[in-house]
Amino acid sequence: MTRARVLVRPKAGILDPQGVAVERALPALGFSGVANVHVGRLIELDVEDPSQLQAMCEKLLVNPLIEDYEILEDASA
Amino acid sequence: MRFGVIRFPGSCDETDAVLACERVPGCSATLLWHGDADLHGVDAVVVPGGFSYGDYLRVGAIARFSPVMESVIAFSEEGGLVLGICNGFQVLCEAGLLPGALLPNEGLRFLCRQVDVEVVRSSMPFTADCFPGERLSIPVKHTTGRYYAPPAELESLHAHGQIVLKYAAGHNPNGSLDDVAGVTNQAGNVLGLMPHPEHAVDPLTGSRDGLKLFLSMAHAHG
Repeated sequence: MTRARVLVRPKAGILDPQGVAVERALPALGFSGVANVHVGRLIELDVEDPSQLQAMCEKLLVNPLIEDYEILEDASA
Repeated sequence: MRFGVIRFPGSCDETDAVLACERVPGCSATLLWHGDADLHGVDAVVVPGGFSYGDYLRVGAIARFSPVMESVIAFSEEGGLVLGICNGFQVLCEAGLLPGALLPNEGLRFLCRQVDVEVVRSSMPFTADCFPGERLSIPVKHTTGRYYAPPAELESLHAHGQIVLKYAAGHNPNGSLDDVAGVTNQAGNVLGLMPHPEHAVDPLTGSRDGLKLFLSMAHAHG
């Protein structure tokens, strides 16, 4: 089995209100110098055939219209 | 005319949708279970609001693969009328029956309020009983209702008259692009909208404007 992580991000250019809310909250807690905050999703899965990951992303895990994704594989898992 | 209203695990507006359909003279409605691929010969399908499959992953993403949806896709390809309300709209977008996607509200809050919706196009089965520019008072209640389509697609939707309903000026509750409240497919037999016409069928609850959509569908069916 291969341990895989799929990082899903809101597509650049689409308003990401969650990112905006976090970006506004941090200075309120005293953390300055933070910009371009975006909130996405992490999907972890063990797969027998990592070559299927891209198809899984495009069919179910991600909506390519509004999200970008990145597949990270860890063969040692 | 017989409407079929889908019930997914997590649906919550299917009963109101059935009641709305039954208010149309000469019409009846039946519930369709998500796990049953048989549409039982209904003349039109309503995909109702709620939280199908818990809205896990993305709203509508998992419901789209239920057995009944495969049949709804085939039904729509044959020209059958399909109305998606709120979560139903999200499911139809995920299923590729409608263009675009619904994103979290601009303000990130759950919204529940009466809004004015303007009929942009009345020359179609879902709005034939309205006149162009008519304002309908219909409630919205959602967290993920911000309509989005990439700029080129949005332009094409305008050009092809696929934007059927928009929020009236000052009534866009969620940051939807171009105030889009409801869109149709190119063929005009599938409509999705975020406002809930099935909750606006009796003056007792504020408005009966939503009934016009169901009446239109019945008249289109003949």
